[in-house]
Formats: sequence, structure tokens, C-alpha cells
Amino acid sequence: MASTAASVVQTVTSKTEENNTTKESLKPSKPTVSQIFKTLEYGPAPESPDVAYAWLDDHHRSFGHFIDGKWLNPEDRKRYDSRCPATGEKLASTVQGNQEDVEVAVSAARKAFVKWSALPAHVRARHLYSVARHVQKHMRLFAVIESLDNGKPIRETRDCDIPIVIRHIYHHAGWAQLADTEMRGWKPVGVVGAITPWNFPLMLLIWKVCPALAMGNTVVLKPATYTRLSALLLAEVCAEAGLPPGVFNVVTGNGAFGHNLATHPDVDKVGFTGSTEVGRILRQATAGSGKKISLELGGKSPFVVFDSADLDSAVEGVVDAIYFNQGQVCSAGSRLIVQESCAELLIKKIKERMTHLRLGDSLDKAIDMGAIVDPSQRKSVDMMVQEAKADGAHVYQACACMPSTGCYYPPTLITNVQTVSKIVQEEVFGPVLVVLTFRTPKEAIALSNNTVFGLGASVWTENLSLALEVALSIRAGSVWVNGHNLFDAAAGFGGMRESGFGRDGGKEGLYEYSVPAWLTRPRPVALKDFDAKAFGKNVAPRPLNPSNSESHVYNNTTKLNGQDVPSIDRTCKMYIGGAQKRPDAPYARAVVNPDNKTIGQVGEGSRKDIRDAVEAAHKAFPGWGKRAAHNRAQIVYFVAENLELRREEVASRMSEMTGKSLEDSKLEVDLSIQRLFYWGAYADKYGGTVQETNLYGATVKVHEPVGVIGIACPDNWPLLGFVSLFAPAVIRGNTIVIVPSEKYPLSAVDLYQVFDTSDLPGGVVNIVTGSRDHLTKYLVDHQDVEAFWYFGSNEGSRYVEHASAVNIKRTWVNYGFERDWADPAQGQGEEFLYHAVECKNIWMPMGEIFAN
Amino acid sequence: MVDSQRNVIQPLDLAWVESSRVNLPAVQRRAATHLKRRSVKKDWQAAWFLRAVTCLDLTTLSGDDTETNVSRLCFKANNPIRQDVLESLQLKDLKITTGAVCVYSSRVKDAVTANKNNHSQVPIASVAAGFPDGQTPLPQRLDEIKYAVEAGASEIDIVITRSYVLSGNWQALYDEVAACKKACGNALLKTIIATGHLGTLTNVYKASLVSMMAGSTFIKTSTGKEAVNATFPVALVMIRAIRDFYQRTGYKVGFKPAGGIRSAKDCLSWLALMKEELGDEWTQPNLFRIGASSLLGDIERQLYHFQTGRYAALYQFPMS
Repeated sequence: MASTAASVVQTVTSKTEENNTTKESLKPSKPTVSQIFKTLEYGPAPESPDVAYAWLDDHHRSFGHFIDGKWLNPEDRKRYDSRCPATGEKLASTVQGNQEDVEVAVSAARKAFVKWSALPAHVRARHLYSVARHVQKHMRLFAVIESLDNGKPIRETRDCDIPIVIRHIYHHAGWAQLADTEMRGWKPVGVVGAITPWNFPLMLLIWKVCPALAMGNTVVLKPATYTRLSALLLAEVCAEAGLPPGVFNVVTGNGAFGHNLATHPDVDKVGFTGSTEVGRILRQATAGSGKKISLELGGKSPFVVFDSADLDSAVEGVVDAIYFNQGQVCSAGSRLIVQESCAELLIKKIKERMTHLRLGDSLDKAIDMGAIVDPSQRKSVDMMVQEAKADGAHVYQACACMPSTGCYYPPTLITNVQTVSKIVQEEVFGPVLVVLTFRTPKEAIALSNNTVFGLGASVWTENLSLALEVALSIRAGSVWVNGHNLFDAAAGFGGMRESGFGRDGGKEGLYEYSVPAWLTRPRPVALKDFDAKAFGKNVAPRPLNPSNSESHVYNNTTKLNGQDVPSIDRTCKMYIGGAQKRPDAPYARAVVNPDNKTIGQVGEGSRKDIRDAVEAAHKAFPGWGKRAAHNRAQIVYFVAENLELRREEVASRMSEMTGKSLEDSKLEVDLSIQRLFYWGAYADKYGGTVQETNLYGATVKVHEPVGVIGIACPDNWPLLGFVSLFAPAVIRGNTIVIVPSEKYPLSAVDLYQVFDTSDLPGGVVNIVTGSRDHLTKYLVDHQDVEAFWYFGSNEGSRYVEHASAVNIKRTWVNYGFERDWADPAQGQGEEFLYHAVECKNIWMPMGEIFAN
Repeated sequence: MVDSQRNVIQPLDLAWVESSRVNLPAVQRRAATHLKRRSVKKDWQAAWFLRAVTCLDLTTLSGDDTETNVSRLCFKANNPIRQDVLESLQLKDLKITTGAVCVYSSRVKDAVTANKNNHSQVPIASVAAGFPDGQTPLPQRLDEIKYAVEAGASEIDIVITRSYVLSGNWQALYDEVAACKKACGNALLKTIIATGHLGTLTNVYKASLVSMMAGSTFIKTSTGKEAVNATFPVALVMIRAIRDFYQRTGYKVGFKPAGGIRSAKDCLSWLALMKEELGDEWTQPNLFRIGASSLLGDIERQLYHFQTGRYAALYQFPMS
């Protein structure tokens, strides 16, 4: 028997050798088994690209757009070759679309929208379910294509990107099913233009496409230039899954092409993930157009380690935070902020760990890091590192192995830098970690927040109360406790500050692809001579006591015992920091009624008053946010109570000021009281939810206040408009600087006396009267105002959206269209809550039990 | 490794023990991705399998062990892979044997006899000190160690008193392991901390540290009799303790996962874990052992498949 077996062994030996020679390119000098036995080295473990190549070959390695369920490959276009960054090998030629292609795609999506948005929720759910099934069926093909095209390790596409994609589609098939109930009062936006990046090509595009389709929108997607193939494959698979033509279209082109898509008049919503720089351009380009927009931008996320942490696990967390996907992750934990007492030990451990990281071909199953997406990106990473080095930073680079050719960059750790260092402030978008140290939790939070970004953060400690306090104190959309870069469809992902606004995933993400059911898409008249620089710069010309120029002079007299006597002047002041303040430059503005009669005067606010008001609002913010929600509710009810006491007086002044009948004015006061009750009720009923992610533990969505919000009130409901805007902001913990109706400010000014008697802490509501657009300019231009709500002119709306791009403020504008504030559908509800909160998802893994 | 580099009894550093922190979910995450991060194929796989064989403590610990099956085990340990397979791999000269055989103290004499009859140098390891539950008075446990050493065991796999860990009595644990160390004389001390009984990973880390401070040559996960045995998260914690201990004291302590390791594929992940977390040195039998009984059969089958491209039947290989 032994001899028989031996002969079998011999004949097969030669076969094995033959097999090995075909893979010769991967192993230049192959060691013998005996040698490997001694060294225990790693060998190549390649995933076969054959099926991916076959798919590319089916398309003759040449792709056009996928529009209206068909391939469209116009011949006279420029081409772009998609390459494999690991080898430089050309994978396929793709088309560089032009304006004509945008037109074709958008009109296909528009046409498809009519039917798609009218489908019963269940049918849309079945479509998404079918897409999920089909993507799952082809999951390995997707994983290999993505890995080849992007350079990222097959392990990551196989175990992370693609499973997350599939989970996302299933999850949103569920939202499609529940759209009528869970999103009652909302409807689709229309045609979505999605522009997505190259770092997680399929995953980040699916984060846009799923909620868009689930809510009944149709999509035109432009994938990133470097990585188009997985999007094109998805388009084909969606068609295979039976998705109706035109519902999901993929077009390819350069940045200008993306710009054309975003600004196409028939695109109703722009969903963008990418750099802050491009996000800013898109915000400006779409300003004043009436389009919805969400931006998921850059980051410089803190990775905070306390000496109470499991340091060895924190080291692995660093690998997940900054060496995952070659550091090309918008939420990469790129700033290691470590307690002084354990910094040396942690850095030593990280350096040791880095020496075990293996870099190699993206299809090798035994590597930790693949190639950087493109030589230009690699160059940009290296330039930043070299610059830091020249500035005196200590640069440590190490890995277990790195191919000599291909677009690779070693894992990098940078010390001897401080907050002033450019490499600490700016996003590198590569495997580069900088280290800062801190002494106390307070300092850790301060350093974490010492950035213009606010995307992700992680906190490492075994001390639960410390972890929670830090998690709640860091300004970021996602905070991971003892982990980093955990994602799931049920938890929204997105940023604060210059990391953008809007969320991808979770119920919170659905609002990005819906509008209130009563709203038709605003299509403001295009402003030909709009000059952003000139807007609101000077106080608009205003009637200076128009009565003066007529037959009589504005004289503040009253009858006392049948005699004309000067009334005791009631000087309406600003309300800043809980005190009545005269304007910094004490000018008065006349309040004129429809009969052209001056009925009072208010202060003429200026940039200085805005400055003071914002400062007061910031001073009040921490305390207000930390108050018990019950307490905030009580104050708002108290405001209602005190307003009711002055019902007659407020109504009669309103009537005199606006010319509205006394009855109608009383009704407005009554509605305002109702609305205060409505928002008082919401003070303790919108704190957030527990998200049902795949995490074993708790993923908690916290509805945090946005911060200091600037508000410009409408003229049509001088009291109700003011109340409808200030109340939701304030009950959710924001502090505000509010500009009352420019025309009819007295109703709002009446309120500050109510505030004073209602225990509202100073600085929570700051009222600045004057020219709406002048004050708007300085509020929007204020870097320390986190959001701006504007209910004024078309021109003002455009300015707000345009200027907000500078620090990526959240905005809410009316494009010059009035809403009916008395209608509960328009004057209250989820739309207000959406604007009044930031969603932060805190991931808290749990577990201590592993055995007995 | 020369004996002078082997770990010796160190002072008990309670402050170090008490500062231990282990986060289970993070450890589980690392363990889960470790299994996916390293793949070893073809010739490399064959070579790694052979290395695993040399790290194997081929074990029988059963109430019905007698001279018959212990002898068969010892013969197999000395010839773990079918000769024709080794020949075709041109590896016959390597004289591959398992790392040791592992038996009860009462069976050490049978193993010594079998080794003599088989001209085998494979070390004989004996479990001792009240295996598997450690619920035996210390003097009797120390006597058992001495008995096994005198009978010819060169490695002693002791169990610890779990109650010392569960009640946080680190001094008592230290004293007990140090006493066992002394009783071992020149034999290697492999301390089974019975992780499945320790409740938390922090306890696993602390028990690992104290066992090393008390002079253990190896620390070992399990007896194979607990409900949870050698899992990767547990191993990761013990391995981190070994690394910290080495970095602080300069002494290299070995690691032995045992219990529930049955598939050849698993042992690739075990070797990779040692390589990644501790370095190549810890993939050699002087610092790494796998305690298993049926694993060898699967490795032999895999090697056969590597050579022939045919899946083997178990009966083709000499049983142990």
C-alpha cells in the first residue's frame, strides 16, 4: 500500500509544480517547503481575478454610461482608463461624459420618477429587496472588482465594504416598506444627483442610493473618476434585479461634469460625499436654487486614549482607525490624543505593531494594507509628511513588507508636533497618525474639539462615566467607545462643522431624501445680478419716520385727563444676554403701520450687536444644554402663561402695527400660545433613540443641540413666526440670535419682557432688531454661528446658502416663498426638529462575559 | 533556548497585576479579524502544518488510558506524518516529531517504556497537581509533581487553584505556582490557568501575569475539561501578558493553547497569531505548544491532499 501511495504522490508532485509555475509572477524565487518550514514566512495568497476579468471582457473592457436601463457609450467622447493601483494595469476604458449626457440621464430619471414615486411602498420595498438579493449573489465579483479598481485589500472589500453594502440595501428595503407610516407627512424630493468618492466607491454610493430610492426618488449617480467600475457593475445588477429603467442611472465624467449634474435645474437634491473643498464649491454652485443638499466631507477625527484604557486593544483600534483602507477614510482616527501618563508606553506599542503590518497586492488575502488609490494621491500624502518632517516632526514609518513597485505608502506615525502643526490640523487622507498628549479629561475634550472638522471620534477607557462624558462632549457625528470606524445601516453617519451636514443611514438619513408633503420644490427666480459681496453690507434705505414728511410729525403723545401729554416713552431695545441693551450705535428705526403712520421705534442693529449677541448666546449655551429637559419645558410653558396674561395688549399692538383686525391679532396670540405648548411638550420627547445596529451593545443616537443658531423671522406672522422658530430651537437646547420681522418687530420685542418674567436664562434668546438682510449677512458670516434659518427674500436666501459654504453651516431658507405659519403642517412638526438637532451616534460595545 | 534563559521565579508585583485592563469586545474584534488577515496557501501551508506538528503536545488524558494506548501515542509522536508523504516533500531528514506527548502522572512510566522501545527522544509531559480541577491539597499536589518528574517526565502541566483568582488572592496563587516550580526541579513548568473558569478576561490577564511571576515556563489556556477552552480572544489576552512580561523582565515565557483545537486550518491561525503578536521566535516548540489529540490526524490528511490532490480517508493513516 505504501508503494502505491508513493507513486501517486510522485505523479502529482509534477502537477503541483506546473501549477506553481503559472503563478511565477507573484513569487520571483520560490523557497522550498523545507526552507519555509525553517523560516515560517508568509507566501502569496492571491484571490483569483478571473471572474472579474471575464465581466470586464464581456464589456470589451470599455464602458459607457448606464442610463434608462441601457448602456450608452457615445463615440465622440474623451475616455478615461481605470487602472489597478497595485499593479498599474489598465482595467477598462470609461467614458468622460459631457453636458448632453447629463441631460439624457436627468431626463430619464425625471421620467422614471413619475411612476417610481407613485408605486405602493410595498412594491418599492420588493424592488430594493430584489437588488439586495442580487448584489448578495454577486458579492465576490463586487469584492474583487472593488479591490482591483481601488487598490484596497480584498479582505476589506470581502469582509467590510460589500457586507455593509448588502446590509444597507436590506435595511432600506425595510424603510421603503414603512415609508407611509414611519415617514408620514414626507414625500420624495424628485431627482437626486449623487456624487461619490473613491475611498469606499460602492459603499458610499449605496449610502446615497438606498435612502433615495426607498423614499421614492430616482437617482443619477456620478462615481469618482478613479473608481467607476463597481458603480457600473451595480447598475447592471440593478437592471438584472428588475429595477425599472431610469430609476438608477450611472454616468461617468470629470469634476466639471459632476458640477453640471449638481447644477442641472431638474436635479432636486444633491447628495455629495468627498472633500470639504469640493463640498464648498457645490454648496455655492447650488445656492439659491431651491435644491436640497447634503454634504459628507473631510475629517481629522480624534482617537482619545486615557490611562484607564486597555492599551493593547487601543493599539488594535489605531490599526482600525488609521491603517484601515490605507487611511483613506473620512472618519479615520488621524489624531491620537493620549494621556501623558501612558503616552510613552502606547507609542512604543503602536510602533511595534506597525512592524507587523503587511502591505501588498490588493488581491492578496494575507495583507493588512493595499495600494493608495492613485499616484497623485500618494504624492500628496508624502508631501504633507515631508513638510512636517522639514518642520521638525519626528516621522516613524515601518511595516513588515511593502512591494517595491505599485502605489504604496507605509504606515506612518508622527510625534513632536503640536496644535500649531499643519499636519495636526489638516486632513492627510493617508495612513498618517499624529500624536498629541493631554493631562486631564477636560484638556482631552478641548484638544479633540480644536479642529474645524467634526466627523468621528473614539474614546478609549474602561471608565464608563468618563467615556460617556467625553463622547457627549466631542463635536462629531459618530463617537465610538473602545472601537473606531464601526458602521451600520441603522445608524446615520455624517458630520458637524466643516465635515458637512446630513446623515447617511438610519431614520435620520431618510430626511435627506424627503421634503414635507405640503411643499412643492421651490424654484426661485434666477437672480441675474446677484452680488454676494454687496449683499446686506449697508443698512437698506428705510422710512425715517415717514409721518414727519407728511402733514404731521411723529409725536409720542397721549391723552391724560383730556390733555395731550408726552407718553412715557417705551424705548424698545435689543435683548442681549438677558438684558435690554441699546444698539452699539444708537440709531432708531421707525415701525410704520400700513397707514404709513409711525407707531414706535426699535433699535437699528449692526454687526457689533450681532457680535455681542453671538457671544452672549455662546456663554449661555453650555448651561442651557445641560439643564434637565423638564426644566426647559417648564420655562417654555411659563412663557406661554405670561404671554396669555398680556394677550390683549400684545394683540392690540399687533393690530395697530400690522393693520390686521383685533380678532385676527388675538388669534395669532392664541396660536402662539398653542405653539409654545407644542414645543414645551417636545422639550423632553426628542432626545434620540437606540439604534438597532449589528453591534453587540448599545448604539445610541443622541439628538444634540446644533449650537448657536441665527434666525431671521418672516414678516407675515410677526408673533407666530417668531414663536414657531425660537421655540423649537430653544427647547432642543440651542441658544439663538434672532432677528424679528423687519417690518413688524414690536410683537417680538413685547416678548422679551415675557422672557424676563419666565425664568428664561439670559443669553438663551438674544433679539437683535433692524434690517433683516444686514443682520443676516453678519450672522451668516459669523464663524461661531453653527446654523442659520432665514425667512425673508429670494436674494437673502441665496446669500445665506452661498455664504454658509465658508464654514459649511447648516441652513434653512425659504427662497422668498411664504409659508402659512398658522397651518400646523407648515408651522410646526418634524421639519423643525430636524433643523433643531444634530444627530450623534454613540457606539458602546458591551461584554465582559466569555465563559463561566 | 538554553536553560539559563528560561523563566525563573520573580518577585510578585501586585501593582502591575492590579493595573491590568482588558476590554472584551475590542479583544473579540481583534481576534475575529486576525482569523481573516492571514491566509497561508500551497507550499507555505504544507510547511506551516509541519511546523505545527513539531509544536504539538500529542495528548491522551482519559480515565481508561493504559499501557496500550499510551504506547501507541508515543510511537505516533515519534513518527507523526506518514513516511511516504515526508519523503515526497523531501523532508525526511528533518526528523519531524511532535513537541511532546502529554499523559497523566500515573502513565508517565508507560510513556518512558514506550519511548525506550521506540528509540524516541520526544519529551514526556505529565499533567499534575490535581488535574483537572485543582481541588486537592497542596502537599499532595506537590508530591504528584515530584512523582511525575522522578518517573521521567521532563515537562509538568499543572493546574491552578481557581478560587485564588476568583477571590483575588494573588499572593496565594503566586505562592502555589512558585511551590510547584520548585517541585519541578529541572522539568519545565506549564501552568494551566483554566481560563474557562476565571469569569473575566481581566482575570485571565492577571492570572497569566502571576503565573509568570511565579516562574512558569509556559502558560496554558485550559485543561480541555472546561466548557470554554482555547479560544482566540482568550489566547490574545494571554499572549499580550507574555509580551508585557518579556518587555518588563526580559524573560520569554511560552504559550500553550489546549482544548478544542481539532482542525488543521485552526493551527495556521494559531501560528500566525504567535508570529504577529510575539514574533517568529514564539513559533518554535520551545515557546509554543498546541495541546491536542485529534488535530494530528487532520494535519496528516491535509498534507496528503497537498501532495496528491486527493482527499484522504482517515483509515489511511496510522492511528494514535
